Amino acid sequence: MIKVNNLAKVFGAKRAVDHITFSVERGEVLGFLGPNGAGKSTTMRMITGFIPPSEGSVSVGGFDIVAQPIQARRLIGYLPENAPAYTDMTVYGFLNFAAEIRGMGRDARKKAVNRAVELCFLEPVLHQSVETLSKGYRHRTCFAQSIIHDPDVLVLDEPTDGLDPNQKHEVRQLIRRMGEKKAIIFSTHILEEVDAACSRAIIIDRGRIVANGTPEELRRKSEWAGAVTLRVSGINGATLSDKLCRLSSVKRATILKEEATGVTARVFPRNNGNGLLASSIADAAQGWRIEELHTEEGRLDEVFRSITMPDTAAQNGKEEEQPKELNS
Amino acid sequence: MNPWRNIWTITKRELGAYFSSPIAYVFIVIFLLLSGFFTFSAYLGKFFERREASLGSFFIWHPWFYLFLVPAVGMRLWAEERRVGTIELLLTMPITAWQAIVGKFLASWLFLALALFLTFPLWITVNILGHPDNGVILSGYIGSWMMAGAYLAVSCITSALTRSQVVSFIISLIACLFLILAGYPPVTNMIDWPWLVNLVSSFSVMTHFDGFQRGVLDVRDVIFFVSVIGFSLFTTSVILRTHRAG
Ligand SMILES: Nc1ncnc2c1ncn2[C@@H]1O[C@H](COP(=O)(O)OP(=O)(O)OP(=O)(O)O)[C@@H](O)[C@H]1O
Ligand SMILES: [Mg+2]
Repeated sequence: MIKVNNLAKVFGAKRAVDHITFSVERGEVLGFLGPNGAGKSTTMRMITGFIPPSEGSVSVGGFDIVAQPIQARRLIGYLPENAPAYTDMTVYGFLNFAAEIRGMGRDARKKAVNRAVELCFLEPVLHQSVETLSKGYRHRTCFAQSIIHDPDVLVLDEPTDGLDPNQKHEVRQLIRRMGEKKAIIFSTHILEEVDAACSRAIIIDRGRIVANGTPEELRRKSEWAGAVTLRVSGINGATLSDKLCRLSSVKRATILKEEATGVTARVFPRNNGNGLLASSIADAAQGWRIEELHTEEGRLDEVFRSITMPDTAAQNGKEEEQPKELNS
Repeated sequence: MNPWRNIWTITKRELGAYFSSPIAYVFIVIFLLLSGFFTFSAYLGKFFERREASLGSFFIWHPWFYLFLVPAVGMRLWAEERRVGTIELLLTMPITAWQAIVGKFLASWLFLALALFLTFPLWITVNILGHPDNGVILSGYIGSWMMAGAYLAVSCITSALTRSQVVSFIISLIACLFLILAGYPPVTNMIDWPWLVNLVSSFSVMTHFDGFQRGVLDVRDVIFFVSVIGFSLFTTSVILRTHRAG
């Protein structure tokens, strides 16, 4: 549904978006991640045709956004960053306007507005002026506007920004549900949302795509992915790490804590996450007892950090671990 | 889809925006008070002096009223959209930028038409006091509305240039002042060459409003106002496009 091809945007001397290519099919929810100023909003503005690309092309449902903007925009629902809405209108008036400009007749408008109001829980403020709405309600109003025509393609720039935890949850569920029949792309700074709603995620940094995959695939990029944390007793730290490092599947082992009752260690696998590390450790346990053992899944925030700021992440990683480190 | 339907949707929304704030009512009241005051203070004297009924003393002030009032009506058109960010919604709807520009312009122009229409008590009064040539009065109203349209289109440009309504107001006031002064005798008298006077004053609203005031409907005057409007709206679309291109 959405095809972004070699898209670039230059503002003066600044490259906001630097030749990115991806596509989103019907039934997919694409999470768009990246640090502040990475170019997420700029990309979305180009997808919706608000700003023209400096290079490259976008097509939505087969229509090029520059050559056939009207046909393409009919398919799109867009929630811009900061959820702008006409402050001089009531919520109802605003949604009705959005439906009318999408070409709906009187009856269709009524139905569409009711449906959007229900989905976004706007009943209590329906006849209130947009100007006096709280931030969250204004956000929901603008979100309602984007789904008013039940579009095939949804482009949502930080849809959960400013919502309370309950509403965040509702909106994620809604995005997930709608994603079964639509192509959705949404940006967020909340990494849990990637798990909660996305079928795929892209991380961009300084205008370039630095990672693209399902949440599991991304997580596997973490150096923690497949690492095993274990607590054992009946052995001292130095001997344990020595023994662990002799195993062929172990890359390195770190002693996290050494107490009278036992030693806690983290073991990193040699080839990422083949899942065999835990069992090979269990097999090797002779003369000491395993009290606790579990395999780490990898953490998105850690992946995000290591990808978007490699230098600092490496440092932080070192600080987190204890100095007693042995490389095999 | 029918472009006029989209334009009308925009126009309705904009008109609604005018009347949802007290500014609209304040504007109309000021306009009516000014019209009434200037017309009658000048009119009564002239009426008794010349024993002649007309609205000439009403229309003669319009180029100057509009200098302040029209930029006040037009300043929010695009500046407000840019400030609040709704321009991003508007221009990603399935409508062309032209439809949005024309729709907004029409809304303000209709609003000014309403303000003009509400001066009808003046027309009734002169008809009670004497026997004016109502054809001349009608032509004056038409000319006045066209002139307001020209000012308004200029305000559209300045409004698209900035996100501040105040800045938009000031720039468009200055621009409209040029449209007047180019044909204002005290200014044109300072120029020595007749051909230059003619050239400069042909760009002035004063020159082209003159015929309407006298009841002479000249096609060239109508073409002048229509082209000022057309050109200004085109410039607005160029500015909006350039601004988005970053
Ligand atoms: N109109 C503009 N003119 C100049 N530079 C711009 C313009 N719009 C965006 N930029 C720059 O482009 C870069 C990308 O901005 P963008 O808004 O796309 O970031 P983002 O990923 O959405 O960030 P955030 O997470 O903070 O929303 C930034 O460095 C920004 O300063
Ligand atoms: Mg952004």
